[in-house]
Amino acid sequence: MTLSPTVASVDPVVRGADPFALRSFRVRTRRQDTRDTVTLSLGPVDGAHLDFAPGQFTMVYAFGVGEVPLSISADPAPGRPLLHTIRDVGGVTHTLAGLRRGDVVGVRGPYGTGWDVSDGRGGDVVIVAGGIGLAPLRPAVLQVLANRAAYGRVVLLYGTRTPQDVLYAKELERWRGRFDLEVDVTVDYGPPQWKGKVGLVTDLIPRAGFDPSHALALVCGPEAMMRHVAAALTDRGVPPQRIRLSMERAMDCGVGLCGHCQLRELFVCTDGPVFDYRRLERLLWLREV
Amino acid sequence: MVGEYLEQHCFTRDLPPSVREVVAQHSRLLDFPAGTWLFREGAPAEEFHLVVTGRVAISMHAPGAGEQVVDTVEACETVGWSWLVPPYRWFFDARAVTDVTAVTVDAAALRARAEDDPAVGYALLRQVNAVMLARLQAARVRLADIYGVAS
Repeated sequence: MTLSPTVASVDPVVRGADPFALRSFRVRTRRQDTRDTVTLSLGPVDGAHLDFAPGQFTMVYAFGVGEVPLSISADPAPGRPLLHTIRDVGGVTHTLAGLRRGDVVGVRGPYGTGWDVSDGRGGDVVIVAGGIGLAPLRPAVLQVLANRAAYGRVVLLYGTRTPQDVLYAKELERWRGRFDLEVDVTVDYGPPQWKGKVGLVTDLIPRAGFDPSHALALVCGPEAMMRHVAAALTDRGVPPQRIRLSMERAMDCGVGLCGHCQLRELFVCTDGPVFDYRRLERLLWLREV
Repeated sequence: MVGEYLEQHCFTRDLPPSVREVVAQHSRLLDFPAGTWLFREGAPAEEFHLVVTGRVAISMHAPGAGEQVVDTVEACETVGWSWLVPPYRWFFDARAVTDVTAVTVDAAALRARAEDDPAVGYALLRQVNAVMLARLQAARVRLADIYGVAS
């Protein structure tokens, strides 16, 4: 195995340009999604739109505080603003979550692999999200909906902690109202007025309406959840090579040089964050890698 | 008619036909309008329910916190396993969230048949164990609060 950085596998968007080039983006809007999560809409100060593929991430710099990798949660259609959904869990994310309209951040990227949703054309698409894992899947959902006729049944299964923690609640309600999209939500704990499901997101998989032999599955959430979701999907009959998982590790450089996000022989920032389950299965069940 | 439901329900469809027939002898189809309590914590566990349609909330009441729904049970799932293990008393409340149709089984009668015939008892125990294992695993995963942990 070579120890040289996997520069050759860096995304074409990055290759050829300076991968560390920092661009300034101004906060256009800030929306409080849940108790600890906000979505920032960012506009490029230089006016040049940031093209990305659903599933990719950027490195976002809070000036003077630090930089974090953030999944892109924006609509991938041309000309739409860059969106990042941020959970306030640390120093940098706390600063980012507290930004206001007009504040400026630095953005590098986009980096990494995408969902390649178009591989699912002609078959069913099942999207399984847990917690804030819905954020990197939102662009994939929007891409599928923008080309709805190209796909068979489309199913979105979402699990989170409580009804108050449901991300993009209004958008989920809108999607659930469509006749061509099956949306099912479950929570770990519910108050008595909650009419929905209480239980694990894996429990939704056996009864969801999709043909496993012709489905493409996209999964994002805590690693423990993804292990069990991937197992439930294969139990249902989805081939491992048709299951894609988005990994979250401590990406730092974003271009496969620093090794902070290394997962055995893989660099999550360049080989991922979206991986084929066939490639990831062995590593997911290893401890402390 | 109940027999047809039992042939399709996840809890009973894999039982030997002779055991399923025993269950059928002690079962009836019931409707529970939304809001109806199927059972309450502390009450004797004299019946259990095989949900055909609708959603049931399993909940507990805590002073100051009100009712907390800890699980929901839907079509092809089973409400209640305390009927098979002493002291045969419900540990949680069960409430119909929507209109529910269920096959309701006379647990006391079925326990007696299980005591008399170990083959019936073993077959039922296997099914209940599967339900209990799935619920226990789910409860433990949720205890880990994976969505609450910053990754």
